Amino acid sequence: MSGLPATDALLVVEDLRVAFAAGGREVRAVDGVGYQVDAGRTLAIIGESGSGKTVGCRAIMGLLPGNAAISGSARLRGTEMIGLSDSELRRHRGQDMAMIFQDPARSLNPTMRVGAQITEAITTHRKVSKSEARAQAIELLRLVRIPAAERRFHDYPHQLSGGMRQRIMIAMALACRPKLLIADEATTALDVTTQAQIMELLLELQAELGMGLILISHDLGLAASYADEVVVMYAGKIVEQAPAKRLFGAGGTVKMRYTRALLDAIPLLERPAHADLPVVGGRPPDPTALPVGCSFAPRCPAVEDDCRAKEPALAEHAAGHRWACYHPCENGVSA
Amino acid sequence: MSAPTSATEPLLSVRDLVQEFVVRGAGGTKGGVVQAVSGVSFDIMPGETLGIVGETGSGKSTLARAVLQAPHPKSGSVTFRGADLTQLRGAKLLQARRHMQFVWQDPFGSLDPKWRVRSIVEEPLIAYKDGDRAARRKRVDELLDLVGLDPERYASRHPRELSGGQAQRVAIARAVALNPSLLICDEAVSSLDVLIQAQVLNLFERLRRELGLSYLFIAHDLALVKQVSDRVGVMYLGMFCEVGPGELVYKQPLHPYTRALLDSIPSTEPGAGRATVTIKGEPPSPIDPPSGCRFRTRCPRATDQCALEVPPPRELAPGHLVACHHPLTEPAPAETPSAPATAPAQG
Repeated sequence: MSGLPATDALLVVEDLRVAFAAGGREVRAVDGVGYQVDAGRTLAIIGESGSGKTVGCRAIMGLLPGNAAISGSARLRGTEMIGLSDSELRRHRGQDMAMIFQDPARSLNPTMRVGAQITEAITTHRKVSKSEARAQAIELLRLVRIPAAERRFHDYPHQLSGGMRQRIMIAMALACRPKLLIADEATTALDVTTQAQIMELLLELQAELGMGLILISHDLGLAASYADEVVVMYAGKIVEQAPAKRLFGAGGTVKMRYTRALLDAIPLLERPAHADLPVVGGRPPDPTALPVGCSFAPRCPAVEDDCRAKEPALAEHAAGHRWACYHPCENGVSA
Repeated sequence: MSAPTSATEPLLSVRDLVQEFVVRGAGGTKGGVVQAVSGVSFDIMPGETLGIVGETGSGKSTLARAVLQAPHPKSGSVTFRGADLTQLRGAKLLQARRHMQFVWQDPFGSLDPKWRVRSIVEEPLIAYKDGDRAARRKRVDELLDLVGLDPERYASRHPRELSGGQAQRVAIARAVALNPSLLICDEAVSSLDVLIQAQVLNLFERLRRELGLSYLFIAHDLALVKQVSDRVGVMYLGMFCEVGPGELVYKQPLHPYTRALLDSIPSTEPGAGRATVTIKGEPPSPIDPPSGCRFRTRCPRATDQCALEVPPPRELAPGHLVACHHPLTEPAPAETPSAPATAPAQG
């Protein structure tokens, strides 16, 4: 994954590894992951629960517990993030990178008015007067399109809807105009109309502020609609990586059968009612006992002997398109 | 608002169902009445699946619970296999409800963490005194087989030793233990990963074919609901805006709200998401719903008439009903919209 052009690179991740000790056995949650996010661009990281998509980003943010063994490199605007002390990381968090999470109800303090929480996010990182912080907080509420911002400033989280709370979380994350915003399943808990509104807001803010955006999601539809670049993870590794345009839509050339399976399992409006969904059986492997060879082999419809013998490496087989498979799909279709 | 579609008796017939909750203000004063479900009617025929979609707070789950009589609805009737459940209490209600089972969203929340899988699936059989010990044991093995769990491996496990998909299968095995005729699924696959979700959806389909089950299938995901449903009802603020055959509702929606929901779905076409926001804002509070049509405050086609009159359900195509003064079959009204201008709604 080295040798990527570093021109507009905002974040360059190389060979990132995160391991946890669990009951005497090692869980390799993230196992040699590399990607790049450019300013003003959107990268989607897609995978099932436990694929390592969140852990990798939390490692970059320095938000993992002390028992996580992190190695590799994540350079944000040229500065190495891996291995920084807590106090050094705190300077970068908020200023350079920020993260929003799935459940805004649990991320907000229920006993504090939302205005005070946003003001706190500002004063933690910047030396500004109280009244100035307050003015900035109201400005942020306007930025995330909250109507009647002065009035909402005094609301408690429980007085707001889920979509409004997520807007508050975004306002807090943007308090110091970060260069990189990581949205971890930020719209998963929201209704489809609210999800569309929040995604629209994120893209508008991205254009206004020139941010790099990482969307972590299990939803390939979201990635297809909003991302420039897509990374698909399985069992801690990247299995496919390509521009969204190459993967989706008419003439899409999905190569990994896992990506294909994820796409096929999405209920589509075009499909007739009661039609069986094409499924792959089984579930992701136990991270403490990964199979020899390809991790997806036990579930793969096109598995052959070589898949079980040696793990296929992620390699760039076509311009900008990497995959890790000995027997990829032809023309994006599972044979 | 659905007309009976065939000569046979409906399995479930709901008429003018109303459910309200009083919210208390400070000091226990009456703060307002949440009009969670406001006059909903529908039928489910034997072997049929009715899907219900709607946003958070539209009253979908309250509707499911009102059908189950948990709690009893404020008014209206729920006729299931010939008996009006709203009139039944105690043991009679329990017996009538035996053939109506449910699967909730969170499998771990609905399975007792201290019980083993075998006891969980066996419980309804004991509760309804179905068979002796040996017969129940055999039945539990059959049920676990039916939902794709090997009894040898899973019967003695605790819920915490299961994955989300497996736990939901246990909940489904428990729900079908008494051979119900109706299964109410409230966001039953929403918490599952997409590949596991597909497995569970296929299981629902197989049970429908093999056991002749009917479903009331509630979810916020439109494509998911279409996948499993014969007919689909779209709920907004406690009312149906549109009910009809699944294909029709999705291909030729009649209500502007249905259109807006459909346009909000992220597609797998690159860049298609950039044009999806077709309605602004959020649903108003069900404590003080708008007069007339409840959707009018967000509707791009709203006129003065919409504020004055509640639109009655109209059958514009066979079995396809809409509650709208200006359905999408008509050109957009020329009057100045009373709602703030929004993005055009064509998809």
